[in-house]
Amino acid sequence: MAVNSALSRPTGRRPASWGTPLTYALALAVAAVSIAPVIYVIVGGFRTTPQIVADPAGLPDPIVWDNYARVLTQSNFWQQAFNSAVIALGTTLAVVVLGLAAAFVLARYTFRGREGLYTFFTLGLLFPAGAAILPLYLMLRDLNLVNSYYAVILPQVAFSLPLTIVILRPFLSAIPRELEDAAAIDGASRLGFLWRVAMPLSRPALVTVGVLAFVASWNAFLLPLLVLGDVNLHTLPLGVQNFSSQYTTDTAGVLAFTSLAMLPALLFFTLAEKQIVGGLQGAVKG
Amino acid sequence: MTSTNQIRMPAGGASASPAGPRTTGRAAAHASARRAETRRKWYEIIGLTTPAVLIYVMFVLVPMGFAVYYSLFRWRGVGPPTEFVGLRNYTLAFQDPIFLDALRNNAIIVFGSLLIQGPIALGIALLLNRRFRGRAVFRLLVFVPYVLAEVTVGIMWKLLLTGDGTVDALLRSLGLGGLVQAWLADLDVVIWTLLAVLTWKYVGFAIILLLAGLSNVPDELTEAAAIDGASWWQIQRHVTIPLLGPTIRIWMFLSMIGSLQVFDIIWVTSVPAVRSLGASATMATYMVDNGFFARLWGYGNAVAVILFAISFVAALLFQRFLLRRDIAGAITGKAK
Repeated sequence: MAVNSALSRPTGRRPASWGTPLTYALALAVAAVSIAPVIYVIVGGFRTTPQIVADPAGLPDPIVWDNYARVLTQSNFWQQAFNSAVIALGTTLAVVVLGLAAAFVLARYTFRGREGLYTFFTLGLLFPAGAAILPLYLMLRDLNLVNSYYAVILPQVAFSLPLTIVILRPFLSAIPRELEDAAAIDGASRLGFLWRVAMPLSRPALVTVGVLAFVASWNAFLLPLLVLGDVNLHTLPLGVQNFSSQYTTDTAGVLAFTSLAMLPALLFFTLAEKQIVGGLQGAVKG
Repeated sequence: MTSTNQIRMPAGGASASPAGPRTTGRAAAHASARRAETRRKWYEIIGLTTPAVLIYVMFVLVPMGFAVYYSLFRWRGVGPPTEFVGLRNYTLAFQDPIFLDALRNNAIIVFGSLLIQGPIALGIALLLNRRFRGRAVFRLLVFVPYVLAEVTVGIMWKLLLTGDGTVDALLRSLGLGGLVQAWLADLDVVIWTLLAVLTWKYVGFAIILLLAGLSNVPDELTEAAAIDGASWWQIQRHVTIPLLGPTIRIWMFLSMIGSLQVFDIIWVTSVPAVRSLGASATMATYMVDNGFFARLWGYGNAVAVILFAISFVAALLFQRFLLRRDIAGAITGKAK
């Protein structure tokens, strides 16, 4: 189970040593293939389009700041970043709150139909989210939700709930009964136990599900494409796509816009790598 | 009902009624207190789960039900559907060569991803599981493609792969100019180009899962094998990889479901003209092109139901025959 392995994993049992040259050569090759295209895009943003056309693989000479400046001042970049942030934060908050409440019941209450309810949620993991996109659009249209943040947030919450519950439930189950008894003796109700004990104790798992929901929302494309027709509500992925099809001849500008759009994801990943990787791994092991 | 060592409380109405002789007032008071407690427990259960259940039912399950209904009509999306056509949308789909191309492309992506990403990811995971200085940095770099947005990845590769673009220039400078193709325009090549881009994007995900599986392999086992004189490769081959079975099967499952509904990268990277000829269409892009953009709502919903049915059957078969023990029945609910 995720919780136990996280606690018992020996850290630094043996000091890391230098690997063989072959190990480094292979690792370097793999790393290069992974990030060379990304570096190319970022570096390309510092060149001019004629330079890129003349010598696609060259280095900036001289360094041109104009593309980045143009994207940051003249495009909808900031508006789209704001929309992405609102939608991602709204999704994350709702997923964590609703997922915690449901997982708490599924973990700490004994009642008829509990396993059935859990299975009902886990069915969502089998469900191809993309398949339901057309009827989902029609339903949001009939509810007059199209062209609002809710049109993206609500379905994203629904689609993130199964994984959230699957990750949180074993974590909440693993909290020792003695803690709950102690809280009861101190006069805490079950809800008090959830708020004062279970929630603080499961913070690592909550951070993990939050980060996963945030990244999924930040990168989402299909749902926003269908339900956000209003340009002022466009998120960054839609913005990147529009910019690249609108300014097909401005290769340098597209490179700069693309770099700026992936920067938040890269920063976020560097900061939260443990949660993202650990979360995916925990979900599979749990 | 399954009772584990969780909250010890009256379970259900039956056990809440007093079992002993009801002679003293104290016992009666006790019983009514317990009934109140049971009632409160159910209020909490319902109060805490209802929001999640409602939003899940409304935005995941209900739309799929509507898709089945809409798929039986010829409908342009204005007003309620009235022109009932039965299963004609389904027969039309299976007669459309473009849709059959999309099915073939999905099959290429499903099996291509499994056969290409699997071995690559296993090799890289074994490499990055060795203890050496700087390993953490290499792991971080290998995961980068996985966290980038699909759209960003698509546009990036579209720019790299344009005619006489960076990839072509790179190949020529390596003396491999003969390999240069119209990567995204040649109708016979484009799906394989897209498969390569998808591999680049998602191999990191397989590595993440495999490294988790590797971290669960007890050191004692590999150390014992080393003491017995096994080489590094023999240890991987006979000890480590067999223990990765469950992880590999779960990855295969997730990869398969993802490949069946792949949309973003295909949509962004391949030109609409190429897609409309079927060379790079997948079921999902076909569905959105026809349903949303061409406003053939009834038809689009029929494609949605087909996509859903194929994914669901594939998932159930995989569950039944390969995954049974791995997720401990988390999905089929048989365990516990």
